[in-house]
Amino acid sequence: MNERAKASPAPGPKILQLQWLDDQELLLNFSGFLDEASDFPTVEGTWPEINKHKDRIRQVTIDCSKVQSWDSRLPAYLVNFSRKCDSAGLTLSSRALPQGIARLVKLAAAQAPASAGPRQEEAGSLFFNLGRMAVNSRQTLLQLFAFCLRIIASFLSLLQGQLNFRKQELPVLLHACGSQALPIVSLLSLLVGLILAFVGAVQLKTFGAQIYVADLVGIAMVREMGAVMTGIIMAGRTGAAFAAQLGTMSVNEEIDALQTMGISPVDFLVLPRMLVLIFMMPLLCLYADLMGIVGGSMVGVGLFDISFVQYLEQTKDAVTLSNIWLGLIKSLVFGIIIATAGCYQGLYSGKSASAVGLAATSAVVTSIVCIIAVDGLFAVLFHGMGI
Amino acid sequence: MPSRPVQSESHLEVSRLSLAFGRTVILEDVNFHIKRGDIFIIMGGSGSGKSTVLKSLTGLKQPREGVIAYQGRDLWTCAPAERKKIVRSWGVLYQGGALWSSMTLAENVALPLEQFTDQTPQQIRELVAFKLALVGLSGYEDYYPAELSGGMRKRAGLARAIAQDPEILFFDEPSAGLDPVSAKHMDDLILELQAGLGSTVVVVTHELASIFAIGTNSIFLDSETKTVLDSGHPGQLLEHTSHPKVRAFLTRGGTDSKSE
Repeated sequence: MNERAKASPAPGPKILQLQWLDDQELLLNFSGFLDEASDFPTVEGTWPEINKHKDRIRQVTIDCSKVQSWDSRLPAYLVNFSRKCDSAGLTLSSRALPQGIARLVKLAAAQAPASAGPRQEEAGSLFFNLGRMAVNSRQTLLQLFAFCLRIIASFLSLLQGQLNFRKQELPVLLHACGSQALPIVSLLSLLVGLILAFVGAVQLKTFGAQIYVADLVGIAMVREMGAVMTGIIMAGRTGAAFAAQLGTMSVNEEIDALQTMGISPVDFLVLPRMLVLIFMMPLLCLYADLMGIVGGSMVGVGLFDISFVQYLEQTKDAVTLSNIWLGLIKSLVFGIIIATAGCYQGLYSGKSASAVGLAATSAVVTSIVCIIAVDGLFAVLFHGMGI
Repeated sequence: MPSRPVQSESHLEVSRLSLAFGRTVILEDVNFHIKRGDIFIIMGGSGSGKSTVLKSLTGLKQPREGVIAYQGRDLWTCAPAERKKIVRSWGVLYQGGALWSSMTLAENVALPLEQFTDQTPQQIRELVAFKLALVGLSGYEDYYPAELSGGMRKRAGLARAIAQDPEILFFDEPSAGLDPVSAKHMDDLILELQAGLGSTVVVVTHELASIFAIGTNSIFLDSETKTVLDSGHPGQLLEHTSHPKVRAFLTRGGTDSKSE
């Protein structure tokens, strides 16, 4: 109907005419090639005219005897019009309905308008929304707390020697979360090392202390940037993947299938992911530290006339073992955060494509916010401990 | 519909169709034609390639060989733009409804109308209300698919499929996952819509009750010989088929289907 509708832009003769038979009977006269009409009348459009004379109308008749051809806009008009007449208390009759239309109208009318009622109203007053947000966030927090407890419980049962997930899954996960992340971790850490070194060295050079760029890069990478950068990379890479995977599984009822078999999804899905990240994050962090230092040395050696051996010696002196431990502990905690956020959002995602997208988004956002916040907490804590 | 050409003219002609996944050939030398106004059943056991035939008919999967001719044009050798235009004049109901989950029912049905016609929003609203009423879902305009039952989602998918008065309506397992009453209701709906809209209907199914209730013509696909074993009106096939497999299928392996 559409190509044809576009092909005839000229408004032909009017396809719907209102006509008074006598003072009380109104005739709606459809005529012509209705499927070619570019401007089909709407019930909303014709109704005001009828509503004006509502009081004196006894009878409304629709005449289709001059209809040459039609598409479903005509029965749509008839059905919507008859609903309008019903609610206004007008009697409607029709004349010479083509066979197909009669069937369609009957079909549409046969289905009593559902008792669906209006949808639950979403919008409310400011206070209503605030209150609902508070209630919801309390529920979410409780749910998250219960989730964490369940992870701890399944961790404990693992320590007691109960293996509730497939061992074959571990190498796959290790590969996905570990070695496959190496290229991006290398690139970004190297760049961060380069940037730190460059920014620092330009400043230090003003008083001839550019050798200390090694200290700057070494301590910054090992203590802070290595852990934070791997955390953010893995949140975007792996946390989102966890959320999307578990979310899709929940849409496909795979999670339900696990539960009805008596397998806890936390044991089976969350725990292996958690373990893999706990194992891989410190390794990746150590690797990122190294790459950052390599990046720093590239700037120091290449641009600021420091010899490579000198740079390494300086770094070795500056970076203490406790600095390295600090970074590794942090990265381990970040791993727990990423796995928890990703799996939680995935397991409790809604059951639609957009809900899975939302779950992945929230997983990444939550992880990154938590990583930065926890990093701040650690800084205060370590400062207090004097490390 | 009065404006459409007379019946009994061939609407979709398939000849020497051969389908494969990679190197695995699943169907070879499939020939059939679907007449205008037919309710054409594609039946066969699980894994016989019914759904794959449907995919190649609806422009989703390129056949390995063969011609699918619609109004004298081959669907797979004409320009992609042309194919798009042809496919747009058809409607497909997928097994689970395949509604877009981020849109309400009304938005789902309205999307093709908004994209491909120049009707005003009010015109579209009235048309959408009518299409949803046809499938028994008036009042559910603002619901999201996730809030509906499987059967309702299927009917909503049907409303979307008929949004543009399709020339040909394809159904993939219309009664799968429905209870017997809803399945019967879906059959009636197909019959009524076919009669009302005058569309040609192609149904992929293995539901015997539906096959006999609505089919006017059919083909039987077989996974062993990888081709069409028999074709014809389902009722007549039951009486006259010479293939034991087809007979077994239509009688549920020997039990008399008429007693069902």
